[in-house]
Amino acid sequence: MSAHQVEDHGLLRFLTCGSVDDGKSTLIGRLLFDTKTILADTLSAIERTSQKRGMGAVDLSLLTDGLQAEREQGITIDVAYRYFSTGTRKYIIADAPGHEQYTRNMVTAASTANLAIILIDARKGVLTQTRRHSYLAHLMNIPHLLVAVNKMDLVDYDQAVFEQIKADYLAFAGQLGIKEVRFIPISALAGDMIVDRGEALSWYDGPTLLEILESAPAAHTEQAEDFRFPVQYVCRPQDSANPELHDYRGFMGRVESGEIAVGEAVTVLPSGFSSKVKAIELGGEKLVRAIHEQSVTLLLEDEIDISRGDMIVKSAEAREPVKQAYAMVCWLSETPLSPARTYLIRHTTREVKAKVATIAYRLDINTLEEQPTAALAMNDIARLSLKLAQPISPDPYASNRATGAFIVIDESTNNTVGAGMIL
Amino acid sequence: MSTLTKQTLSHLDWLEAEAIHIMREVAGQCANPVLLFSGGKDSICMLRVAEKAFRPGRFPFPLMHIDTGHNYREVVDFRDKRAAELGERLIVRSVEDSMARGTVVLKHPGESRNKHQSVTLLEAIEEFGFDCCIGGARRDEEKARAKERIMSFRDEFGQWDPKNQRPELWNLYNARSHKGENIRAFPISNWTEMDVWQYIEREGLELPAIYFAHTRPVVIRQGAIVPVNVPLVSGELTNLPKAGEEIVELQVRFRTVGDISCTAPVESDADTIEKIVLETATTTITERGATRLDDQTSEASMEQRKKEGYF
Ligand SMILES: Nc1nc2c(ncn2[C@@H]2O[C@H](COP(=O)(O)OP(=O)(O)O)[C@@H](O)[C@H]2O)c(=O)[nH]1
Repeated sequence: MSAHQVEDHGLLRFLTCGSVDDGKSTLIGRLLFDTKTILADTLSAIERTSQKRGMGAVDLSLLTDGLQAEREQGITIDVAYRYFSTGTRKYIIADAPGHEQYTRNMVTAASTANLAIILIDARKGVLTQTRRHSYLAHLMNIPHLLVAVNKMDLVDYDQAVFEQIKADYLAFAGQLGIKEVRFIPISALAGDMIVDRGEALSWYDGPTLLEILESAPAAHTEQAEDFRFPVQYVCRPQDSANPELHDYRGFMGRVESGEIAVGEAVTVLPSGFSSKVKAIELGGEKLVRAIHEQSVTLLLEDEIDISRGDMIVKSAEAREPVKQAYAMVCWLSETPLSPARTYLIRHTTREVKAKVATIAYRLDINTLEEQPTAALAMNDIARLSLKLAQPISPDPYASNRATGAFIVIDESTNNTVGAGMIL
Repeated sequence: MSTLTKQTLSHLDWLEAEAIHIMREVAGQCANPVLLFSGGKDSICMLRVAEKAFRPGRFPFPLMHIDTGHNYREVVDFRDKRAAELGERLIVRSVEDSMARGTVVLKHPGESRNKHQSVTLLEAIEEFGFDCCIGGARRDEEKARAKERIMSFRDEFGQWDPKNQRPELWNLYNARSHKGENIRAFPISNWTEMDVWQYIEREGLELPAIYFAHTRPVVIRQGAIVPVNVPLVSGELTNLPKAGEEIVELQVRFRTVGDISCTAPVESDADTIEKIVLETATTTITERGATRLDDQTSEASMEQRKKEGYF
């Protein structure tokens, strides 16, 4: 069980989405239970609660119950994170339940997920909500989609029901532009096809839900990506006791995409200055290269002025900085977006002031109809154009989630009020 | 979906890289942060992450411990030794000073000082003008933590309002605050107890001795193992047994360390990190369930204390 004896397939972040009562909590509870993540004392606590509430069997959905206020109101209103591990891979589940605030919560949970499980109640089939969840998963550019048709036990585990739902789903997924999606029949309550195959779904010969999770790529894309390194912090030790460090200037950050090796030619955005990578370090130790998602320190051959908010890229993959941006924005705040106001935009580590130039349309996420609007309320999704006080160097979100994303901050409250995706 | 081809980080490397990124965001966004260091295993991991994040430079923040005066002396010694080895500044503020000032009033002399740490912490935040405290809390520790942000916002009274937290998307953390407000940053939010032990094993990190199996006098109180006659830094004994209680010598280790009055050990013969990792993989009781005497009173007690400014 020790770290170095087993293969390590890294870490996979996924989210579960579905309408109320589709079985999200039961599915998560089942995954935790069947992978033996739930320990005896937690189990006995939920047994007690189940009994107190007059329930016969242990209610696995209680495992994902959240905060006191929500418990009192009987609703959950925020994203919660759960963990389990199979020995070869660690999982982080983003659990985004909720009713009215669904869009905001799902967008938040989806932003860090590499896989989405979309739950459908086998008795109900594809609903408006299913379309909405699928659209949001697609908008947030989650690389892998898995449709789980749940409560198969309530339709006699009938293959025809499953096939019909699959056909219905594929019909509209095509319209949304969803290219890759997988399907699985399950019963979260009975535990069929989650971790164990069970007996009842013998007509299904695909992998179990956990097998799908185990084999899904952990990287958000299998394609080669451009190297993007937003500078978070500049290290200048200026240690008088150590003359070697006198000229040390380390640019600290995380490789958001692509990879870099010592000796490669780089350009700093937005200034456009060029240099070469002299060294790559982690905790003072030298590396020959750094890959996607690694936090490192870069040292360059030339002394150029670089600070937090700048981005180091490979010279061959540089982009033109822009002072205008087109984006899809999801509004997260109870205070509506006002086109008259100036907001702060955080793109990678860079903060710039911004104003809305135009709101092209607001999208009705149930019908996907584009509607004209002058302001945005919470949970609205709209296409905007923005004017920026200083340049940023984004990639389209569809090709790079890390450098295509930004948040909108209201400086008067410092709240995060919007989430944006560059078109 | 295709198979695993592109090179990716191992889960520990990924968690470490994320924690480094979060610490650097604090350094980049906050004017006057501080890292809370107790000498416990989670904060020991954080110091390692901080070394990886900022060396060969100095840490861009001092270390601080809120001492209840009821800490295991092995842990206090370790705290001082580790800070000295790193050459970083350690600030210690103590609940006993708050008691002397009259800002902390115990209901009775034996009352646990654990929950009063929040008062001393807020006083220290004000004294130094800290705008961000980096802490080692993990989301897997307790239900109420599962929804905690990486950057958690606290108002002027140090209060955490679950309804007034900023949405947190991608890895675009918002650590902005107005004067008097405070951000709590949790770089190892996504680590589990198992990850912590595996990281300690991989990095070869040193720990206070009481994390390893040792023999000590205890009593069994309401089913929990309660250490008794524990020597404080001063040499004075605390946690005296109650009348009629039978003292037994048990082989135990601590899964978590904190105020003596509310941390209990588990029976164990795991005297190496490898054995602890193995035991953690096969245990049937959660970290808090086994070892925190203060959390069992009410299912929602942690949430209540967080609202009041607890870490
Ligand atoms: N028969 C059956 N009931 C299920 C299944 N999954 C969930 N349920 C039940 O459906 C109800 C709602 O489930 P829950 O997990 O709370 O849904 P959520 O609102 O999506 O989290 C509960 O009564 C569950 O016991 C299933 O596979 N089969």
